[in-house]
Amino acid sequence: MLLFALDKSLDSEEGFEQVKACLTSPLAKLVIWGLLSALLYHLVAGIRHLIMDLGIGETLEGGKLGSKIVIAISVVLIVLAGVWVW
Amino acid sequence: MVTNVTNFSRSGLYDWMAQRVSAVVLAAYFIFLLGFLLTHPGLGFAEWKALFSHSAMRIFSLLALAALIVHAWVGMWTITTDYLTPMAIGRWATGVRFLVQAACGVLQFVLFVWGVQILWGF
Repeated sequence: MLLFALDKSLDSEEGFEQVKACLTSPLAKLVIWGLLSALLYHLVAGIRHLIMDLGIGETLEGGKLGSKIVIAISVVLIVLAGVWVW
Repeated sequence: MVTNVTNFSRSGLYDWMAQRVSAVVLAAYFIFLLGFLLTHPGLGFAEWKALFSHSAMRIFSLLALAALIVHAWVGMWTITTDYLTPMAIGRWATGVRFLVQAACGVLQFVLFVWGVQILWGF
């Protein structure tokens, strides 16, 4: 889907405008926001995993705290993404 | 027992490393792209095309696409071997899992080739 949009947006001026117009529809915005939210959460949780790989936050308490932090940060980023998309 | 002949490499450690390295590449690419979009409000076709005309961006995009495939393969392998097991879906688990993994592989190859065509074809 994203590759299709990239292909069309690079193809020509009209293609770029088509993609832009398509992205203004509420459904497209919802899909993009959903995609962005999933990716943001995955990114934040992934970074946390990398931190744990360094040995930080591997205890039970550390793990619990880590997940709460991940959720808090993700919620903030997802809300910001929503504002940006809409 | 889950046969591990379909994982990404011969050793679990290599997969573990490949997933982390590809994750860092993908994070860098995503953050760069997001930064670019945020710092270029009201982006026009000319700017967008110019960005992807730089060889560095084409190479970085292809690197990200390759990293995505590695990341997705290790990720999907982890998921399919966790859930498509004899305990979960009975006798035919190995066959089903293999087909799902094969489908993922084919899809990834198709997307990769398409990506190369897009990046160097416009």
